[in-house]
Amino acid sequence: MNNIPLTIKETQEGLKAKKFSAVELVDSYLAQINKYNKEFNIFLTVTEEQAYKKAKEIDRSNFQSPLSGVVVSYKDIFLTKDVRTTAGSKILESYIPPYSATSVNRIEAAGAIPIGKLNCDAFAHGSSGENSDFGVTKNPWNKEYVTGGSSSGPAGAVSANMSLVSLGSDTGGSTRQPANFCNLVGLKPTYGAISRYGVIAMSSSLDTVGTFTHTVGDMEIMYDVLRGEDGFDGNVKNFVKPEIKKRFKLGIAKEYFIDGLDAEVEKMIFEVKKTYEKMGIEVVEISLPHTKYMVPVYYIIQPAEVSSNLGRFDGIRYGNNRNSFGEEAKRRIMLGSYILSAGYYDEYYEKAMKVRTKIINDFDEAFKTVDAIISPVSPTPPFKLGENTKDPLKMYLEDVYTTTANLVGIPSLALPSTFSTSGLPIGFQIMGPRFSEHALFELGRKYHQEIDYKPKIAL
Amino acid sequence: MIYQIIIGLEIHIEPNTKSKMFCGCQEDHFGAKPNTQTCPICLGLPGALPIANSEAIKKTMQLGLALGSNISKISKFYRKHYFYPDLAKSYQISQKDNPFCIGGSLMGKKINHIHLEEDAGKLIHSKDESLIDFNRSGCALIEMVTEPVFHDISEVMSFVKELQLVVRYLDISNADMEKGTMRLEANISLSTSEKLPNYKVELKNINSFKFLEKAIKTEIERQTNALNSGQKLAQETRGYDEKTKTTFSQRTKADSDDYRYFPEPDIAPIEIPGSMILDLRSRIPELPEQKRKRFAEKYKLSSDYINILVSDLERANYFEKACSLSKEYKTIANLIINKNFDKEYPEPAGLVKKIYDLGSKMYESAKVTKNAVEKVLIDNPDIVTSYKNGKGQVIGFLIGQVQKKLKGKGNPKLVNDKIVELIRKNF
Repeated sequence: MNNIPLTIKETQEGLKAKKFSAVELVDSYLAQINKYNKEFNIFLTVTEEQAYKKAKEIDRSNFQSPLSGVVVSYKDIFLTKDVRTTAGSKILESYIPPYSATSVNRIEAAGAIPIGKLNCDAFAHGSSGENSDFGVTKNPWNKEYVTGGSSSGPAGAVSANMSLVSLGSDTGGSTRQPANFCNLVGLKPTYGAISRYGVIAMSSSLDTVGTFTHTVGDMEIMYDVLRGEDGFDGNVKNFVKPEIKKRFKLGIAKEYFIDGLDAEVEKMIFEVKKTYEKMGIEVVEISLPHTKYMVPVYYIIQPAEVSSNLGRFDGIRYGNNRNSFGEEAKRRIMLGSYILSAGYYDEYYEKAMKVRTKIINDFDEAFKTVDAIISPVSPTPPFKLGENTKDPLKMYLEDVYTTTANLVGIPSLALPSTFSTSGLPIGFQIMGPRFSEHALFELGRKYHQEIDYKPKIAL
Repeated sequence: MIYQIIIGLEIHIEPNTKSKMFCGCQEDHFGAKPNTQTCPICLGLPGALPIANSEAIKKTMQLGLALGSNISKISKFYRKHYFYPDLAKSYQISQKDNPFCIGGSLMGKKINHIHLEEDAGKLIHSKDESLIDFNRSGCALIEMVTEPVFHDISEVMSFVKELQLVVRYLDISNADMEKGTMRLEANISLSTSEKLPNYKVELKNINSFKFLEKAIKTEIERQTNALNSGQKLAQETRGYDEKTKTTFSQRTKADSDDYRYFPEPDIAPIEIPGSMILDLRSRIPELPEQKRKRFAEKYKLSSDYINILVSDLERANYFEKACSLSKEYKTIANLIINKNFDKEYPEPAGLVKKIYDLGSKMYESAKVTKNAVEKVLIDNPDIVTSYKNGKGQVIGFLIGQVQKKLKGKGNPKLVNDKIVELIRKNF
């Protein structure tokens, strides 16, 4: 087949009309993987056999499940029963899990075809994909550039048309930033909307399951398959899809216009504002006074929880010993252990938790006047490989706009908007109150209709 | 020199819940084949998450309520980090601030708090290898910490025995030392003043009441001798060696732990509604001390008998059931305690029937009865005459007189028959 469809709807229409079979779809995606994976280092494991087996099942079905025939790939921190799961780390180089993540089970039960496991920064530590122990992932739009991270593979796979959708994770922007760098729709859901069961934990109070798609419509389908209680993640709540408002009011925080904000990104934000206003949606300036504490608070809480979660990789049970931890993991384990140690806990962790509460209050206040908040995702367009690796602090500042949604626990939808002058994708995010995903989808759809957005693939 | 003994206790109780603390695996692991009761959660596999067991939480709170603890309105779990091969996640989910129960007392001894946590796996060492059995990993564990309020061994022993009983009455656990469902640790120090000294020795590895008593005694002797010879005592953990009957150092303060506690993010703080507390409180059964008092008042038994009966809830219940069928309280207690008749007759009714059957043996013999009847008839010629004259009802008076002589031990039928027989024959 020549043109692989870029939406779930077209895929399923093609299957139903017998334009192509699920097996042929798998052929096409595998061809793309075989052609480009060496160069871009997107997949760590390709599950060809599994994909064909499932595709044959789907071809025998009547394509009625929500994800029938949708080829999916998973960031390698999603446990997949009997399929190696590395978390991008040499520590787990040979780890074969005995169970699958809830998300994996749900997606596959809904008819999706799993095609493989994706590269990422080791244990999801990173904002560029350069911290993977299996080598850096290159941006399919320009291989001199990073894909963003830590979900480097998931962004690479969908933008390079190696799978239709992919699952990543988002602890501080790890889905939204790479989605933006690769011209994709990325969702960081409400904390507690999608089960984290079976996703290797990074920072338990911030981790969420992220999704990559080409369109907002596909995102909504994925989200409705993934969300809801599973009996394994006690923080997950069921909810009924709310009625979507007819009139929206959006906010832009004045605190977001900081020194490090790239001029092109800033300009794009104003374009977005204009686009919404053109549709008759009011956009007002708001204040989020604690914005400047976002990164410091995030880099206290996150390493503390990381140091706790990585303790189990003690060299006894998971094959490789602790020498296999990369630099970034070691840095966070040391930072986190220090932060939690007696005498420092009050000074750092507890204080950070208090500021976190203040940040949450900022947003509670803001959502009294606006329905959603528009923000940059990354302060810059995609950067070159190696550009930020020497300075971990500079790399941490990549997260200045994204950590917000994780600290507050609210959903954020990253949307592709345009391309920079150097031809690289840029976009923005739109954040709403807890469990407002469906409203965000509506706002995203409106925006894309207005700018006549068409999904594009890089390769 | 005379020292004040200061002892505080840490007591772990494995509750008889159906499932483990944070997963669906079976809690009871006694005698199970190693690693047959595990899942991703209690193995601490990557990606696994805990779900708190509400049955274990309720049992913990019920113990607190029975002992007069305050129940935290919002309780939290914490992660407690330390490295040990049997600790699957490298942290134990336990509690720190806001444990389920704060304060309370038993036998006048103050309790600091009662919290809930998960157990670790078990290391099994053989000659050239060490194996880990994770069946116990993630099992629920209730921990009670007392204030340092014990000043001699007998106080400690009666406290732990009473606690075991309370826990059994509440159906929280069978609290068997031998099966490890009850585990004791004692913090011991000696002081020359009212103040707490600047050290304490934590005694571990104790698996029976008997050894606890011996271990504390040995440790007090060791500390006394050390202080008398001018040594300074160090903060340390010591084990008890049953063979040599001595305690030995396991860890000193130099390598004391920093557990890096922080609130467990995977489990939201747990709000305890007042209605739940009321409900749990309403379901607290009569506790051992209340039962002892009631038995003393109602059945007028000796305190020895009461203690024996109350120390075994099943026996106490059996006793009461039997007492509802017969008023022979002392006899019933005696047959249960000294003759183990409760084992012989699973139904209390059987025991009571037996008492009646045994009756003849317990009445005075026929000879003694006959002598008593003769005496009464001789002493009451007028009544005998009335009887002979047809006033049959006066026999009641005669029977009463005979029973008086026999101190109530006359077999009523025999007494009646003898009176009739002797009047007819001799009078």
